[in-house]
Amino acid sequence: MIEIDGLTKRYGDKTAVDGLSFVVEPGVVTGFLGPNGAGKSTTMRLIAGLDRPTSGTVRVNGQHYPGCAAPMSELGILLDARSVHPGLSARNNLLALARTAGIGRRRVDEVIELAGLADVAGTRAGGFSLGMGQRLGVAAALLGQPQTVVLDEPVNGLDPDGVRWIRELLKSLAEEGRTVLVSSHLMSEMAQTATRLVVLGRGRLIAETSVEEFIGHAVAGDVLVRTPEAARLGQVLAGPGVTVASDGTDVLRVSGVTAEQIGTTAWREHLPVFELKPARASLEEAFMQVTQDSIEYHAGATR
Amino acid sequence: MSAVLQTGPGPAQPAPAPATAAGPVTQVRVIRSEWTKLRALRSTWWCGLIAVVLIVGLGAAIAGSGPPYQISAGNSAAGGVAISLVGILFAQLVLGVLGVLLFSGEYATGMIRATLAVVPSRLPVLWAKLIVLAGLMLPLSLLAAVAEFFAAMALESSRGGSAISLTDPGVLREVVGAALYLAVIAVIGLTLGALLRRTAAGLSVFAAVFLVIPLVTAYLPASIKGFAPYLPSNAGGDIWGAGKLFGGHQLGPWTGFAVLCGYAVVLIGLAAWRLRRHDA
Repeated sequence: MIEIDGLTKRYGDKTAVDGLSFVVEPGVVTGFLGPNGAGKSTTMRLIAGLDRPTSGTVRVNGQHYPGCAAPMSELGILLDARSVHPGLSARNNLLALARTAGIGRRRVDEVIELAGLADVAGTRAGGFSLGMGQRLGVAAALLGQPQTVVLDEPVNGLDPDGVRWIRELLKSLAEEGRTVLVSSHLMSEMAQTATRLVVLGRGRLIAETSVEEFIGHAVAGDVLVRTPEAARLGQVLAGPGVTVASDGTDVLRVSGVTAEQIGTTAWREHLPVFELKPARASLEEAFMQVTQDSIEYHAGATR
Repeated sequence: MSAVLQTGPGPAQPAPAPATAAGPVTQVRVIRSEWTKLRALRSTWWCGLIAVVLIVGLGAAIAGSGPPYQISAGNSAAGGVAISLVGILFAQLVLGVLGVLLFSGEYATGMIRATLAVVPSRLPVLWAKLIVLAGLMLPLSLLAAVAEFFAAMALESSRGGSAISLTDPGVLREVVGAALYLAVIAVIGLTLGALLRRTAAGLSVFAAVFLVIPLVTAYLPASIKGFAPYLPSNAGGDIWGAGKLFGGHQLGPWTGFAVLCGYAVVLIGLAAWRLRRHDA
């Protein structure tokens, strides 16, 4: 469990995290979302005690992390930036961390196997690809079998096989009753893996909810219409500001008019409608809607 | 957006205690961890080898060339040993670099984040690095100094120089002192790496203090040279007889070494403060 209360972190004039409060519960995978610069990585650094909060508190499994006796059994963390020594082999990188908690070589070999690094365990980490580096970082986070696992962009640079490995790993960690907080900019990946969400924008909390509710809250605006007269209804509805998309079946995806207006139009034109429902937003759409006000760096924007 | 969308979690999960592999962090464990790193890094053994070669090689070269050293009223046995130990002036630069790198390297590579995330109390990492570095440098330098002594003295006496033994006044102190001196220099390098965090900055400051400033000082007029004996390399050098090589006012072997250790202690304190107080 991670409890964050009134957390603020300023670097000079810049406020990276601003009065943040949320709780990450054990037993489920919690996705950590936000546009670039929203404060996700800063929050993770604060959780790990690498940076000191300007104000507010972070508790990991009910404790002040820097003061806990057995840190590696409490928290395993993968930070976005590389945090391995390129001059050490994968095994020695892991062994050096393991030694601090009295973890033996057998567990080190176990996580090497788990992360699919067995063939390169003796190679210096400096030559690793981004994906290999990520695997090593995840292996390090898992070394102590921590109660809480925090991973910043774990699928970054991973091949499809690796992405699936992370997805299954996260789910199994949550099933074991561990607390799992994971950030990713791949929304489709997050939608498949996470059950709950914490969404940041400009260092502030935007949402703390379940994935279901988060998507439910978003207004897709599109309406799905199932009708045997798809072509005709499409023509009737067409007009300024209205788009009608058809995939050739009997379902139309209409935007620019409400479900009520579509139903009324169809009734007036004597066109049968079998189904009329609002289209469900994707996690990505929901995310874009919720964060559009708080995006720090607009693509192509001039300031 | 001012409104925060916030809902509570679903039905409470049963909370089984997950298995864990990790025990508490202890100082001994952190020392083992740091030893694992120091031992596995190539730079450790390269720097160590170069330092040994410099000490023994230069010592042998000096002993094997020029007029053989004769003990007389002005030329003590200890003075002869000091001359042959001159390789230390170069070896200290290599070991200082090793010390700087041992800490700044963690910042440069980002490993410091992994290190401090598993030892969030932080200070044990500094103590462990100090212990493993000094623990390796002391025997290594002692080995080099002893090997240099016997090689150089054998060469000298084969060329007709005076026989010098470890039991002659000041000789043992100089040979052991050389090792003590180098271990403290490596420690000072480490603290500079911890304080400045950047390799380039750490190496620059180290080179300035142990190479540039002593050289420049040597050419200053005597009237403003009063601080010279207190420079770390000059003060610490007294224990292995470096002062005899350059003349001038000296603090005495153990007083000088104490001054050098004083610098090291102050730097350790500053490094501890910085590590503890500042964001990693």
